[in-house]
Amino acid sequence: MAVSSGRSQRRSSADPSTRAGKGRATGTSSAAKGSIDGLLATKEIVVACGPGGVGKTTTAAAAAVMAAVRHGSKVLVLTVDPAKRLADALGLDGIGNTEHRVSDDAFRAAGLKPRGQLWAAMLDTKESWDELIRRQAPDEQSRDEILANPLYQNISGKFVQSHDYIAMERLFEIHAEGDYDLIVVDTPPTRNALDFLDAPQRMADFFSSRLLRWLIVPYRSRLVNVATKPFYQIADRILGTEFLADISEFFILFQSMYDGFVERSESVGRLLSDRRTTFVVVSTLEAVPLREAEFFAEQLASRKLHLGAIVLNKVLPDYLRGSEGAAAAESLRDRADELAVQLGPVVAAAGAAPGDRGQIARVLTEVADSYLNFQMVALREMEERSLLSVAPDVLATVPFFDTDIFDLAGLVRLGEQIWE
Amino acid sequence: MTGAQAPSSPLVDLKLVFVTGKGGVGKTTVASALALLASLRGKRVLICEVDAKGDVAGFYEAPPTGFREREILPGLFAMTMDTEASLREYLKLQLRIPVVGRIGPLAKAFDFVATAAPGVREILTVGKLCYEARERHFDLVVVDAPASGHIIGQLAAPQAINDLVKVGLIRSQTDWMLKILSDPHSTGLVAVCTPEEMPVNETIELARRVREETTVQLSAVVVNRVLPELFGRQEEAVFHALGEPEPLGLLNELVNANAGPLLDAARLAVTMRRTRTTHLEVLRRGIDESVPMLYLPYLFTRSHGLRTTRQVAASLGEELGY
Repeated sequence: MAVSSGRSQRRSSADPSTRAGKGRATGTSSAAKGSIDGLLATKEIVVACGPGGVGKTTTAAAAAVMAAVRHGSKVLVLTVDPAKRLADALGLDGIGNTEHRVSDDAFRAAGLKPRGQLWAAMLDTKESWDELIRRQAPDEQSRDEILANPLYQNISGKFVQSHDYIAMERLFEIHAEGDYDLIVVDTPPTRNALDFLDAPQRMADFFSSRLLRWLIVPYRSRLVNVATKPFYQIADRILGTEFLADISEFFILFQSMYDGFVERSESVGRLLSDRRTTFVVVSTLEAVPLREAEFFAEQLASRKLHLGAIVLNKVLPDYLRGSEGAAAAESLRDRADELAVQLGPVVAAAGAAPGDRGQIARVLTEVADSYLNFQMVALREMEERSLLSVAPDVLATVPFFDTDIFDLAGLVRLGEQIWE
Repeated sequence: MTGAQAPSSPLVDLKLVFVTGKGGVGKTTVASALALLASLRGKRVLICEVDAKGDVAGFYEAPPTGFREREILPGLFAMTMDTEASLREYLKLQLRIPVVGRIGPLAKAFDFVATAAPGVREILTVGKLCYEARERHFDLVVVDAPASGHIIGQLAAPQAINDLVKVGLIRSQTDWMLKILSDPHSTGLVAVCTPEEMPVNETIELARRVREETTVQLSAVVVNRVLPELFGRQEEAVFHALGEPEPLGLLNELVNANAGPLLDAARLAVTMRRTRTTHLEVLRRGIDESVPMLYLPYLFTRSHGLRTTRQVAASLGEELGY
């Protein structure tokens, strides 16, 4: 364990089977390199990232389900996205901040018999911050004062930036407790996910900042110091003295926890670059998301973070790409009327329709047009794929599913596609 | 902020429009198209990118933009939000502090203040936008806003700051911002969605949170990438019959090729559309009746670039009755 504060031991009653499972999952694995299977068997943390709308949440959930079903691992899927997508994907309502086990009944209903366990949790920013304060506060009084501070309530509940840090913090905390063989994390869309990578470092910088020391200097001595005077003057004019005093009070309260915070956020940063952590970039083959995914992969490389795989999602079926299909579609469209005449009797014989020729011709034209339309999209996808600028160890392709994936069976169907 | 909505002005007659949506639904495309449409109708328009991905200019085939707005098409200006530059401008304009460049490393001080005083980043963004709208430098400011998960924090920032800061300059600033944001004839929010399960759920959730947590009005829901209906009821029966062995065999013979994949593709298109229709019904039920829904077709030929922006602008214009 990278860091184990005394407090992380508080759940000392971790069941022994978990530890046994852990040894299996993390030991020098003989799993084949170059497969999602291998990644999930080897790594302890898998971070699914990528642009929005590409099926990242579903992919993360599918990977987690597969690891639970096939590897017999105890797996947690943690969504850090503000929207309740994971709950949708797992067909569960109202999973909250606490980890929640997906019941065996749910698996049975999907015709599955998992060897392991699947747990799910969603990140509640406010609740996670409160937990962190309770853990880090030196005494009950500071704890209560911080929790009641209006500034704290705003930071913890409303503002975007605090979300990124607490997500990583929570991941760290769960990992440090050692209750799971594998934690699969879903992240906000790419550019936000970059914030999310930087969040631990930013938090560490913030709490060790010299400016922060200035701010918690007692008010009367501020205006004496030549170096800091302009800063206070401006801050006073913008924010008002009263608000500034609130801020000071808040940070003076926080002061008792600085060291703990800096240490923890550094540990969180270390965990992300640990060998046991890997990143899986999910994208579709559309131009805009794919460029974002590439950008993200490059950022991972420049931060020396491990790119485990790229998953290309919602790829249109192969039959849309053949040149034969295009030729057939052209002739269907050009000869629709003539074909309709010849097809009339057999179509009528096949049952349903009265075999009206105009109708058959319209159907043929629609079929041809629709094929050509989708072929255009499919060709673009193939072109984009060949232009992909990063070469990961694992490049998985998931076909377009014509129905939504919203249950365990669907997740397994998707999982099987990325498995090999 | 409960119950039915007050009627809001037509989209392009507003002064400030935030366009949001779940990632990947075409939020930037719709924002770009709306700005283009308004400019083609003779308005002086600013499109501002807040997400800072730096690609909104690409939707007009223009080079990347910065904080200082630039006219990229006649009557259409573009800028990229930069909270630090916004602070600089604010200090210069509002506080008349010309020496800003010299207070040590401004960037660091700013970063610090922004992190220490929550909502500063958000307020500088919303403040700059409200400022542009109030000063009437533009008839319409279109904001390519953060994704739906993050927009609430931004739109609620002035109110949150207002609750925290009782007096001082910031307080008087948030007061006028709130006035603009709360006026349904000035400000509106457009939620972009696709007829898919997750985006629909997220849009309904967004609508609820906008109503409960902000003072901004949801002006429209834009449903993007709506697939065409291939067949009417009778045509669908013909289509099914065509897929039977005998008709398909004959068809293959007549065109001297395997038409199977063509029917497969059409079947895929029909199923896709059908699932999407179900999601659309859920969406319509989940959104207040007074909020108009605008439908944009799926574009097969191109997925981005000015050509796409023009096509979407045209469709949007039709939906708005122009």
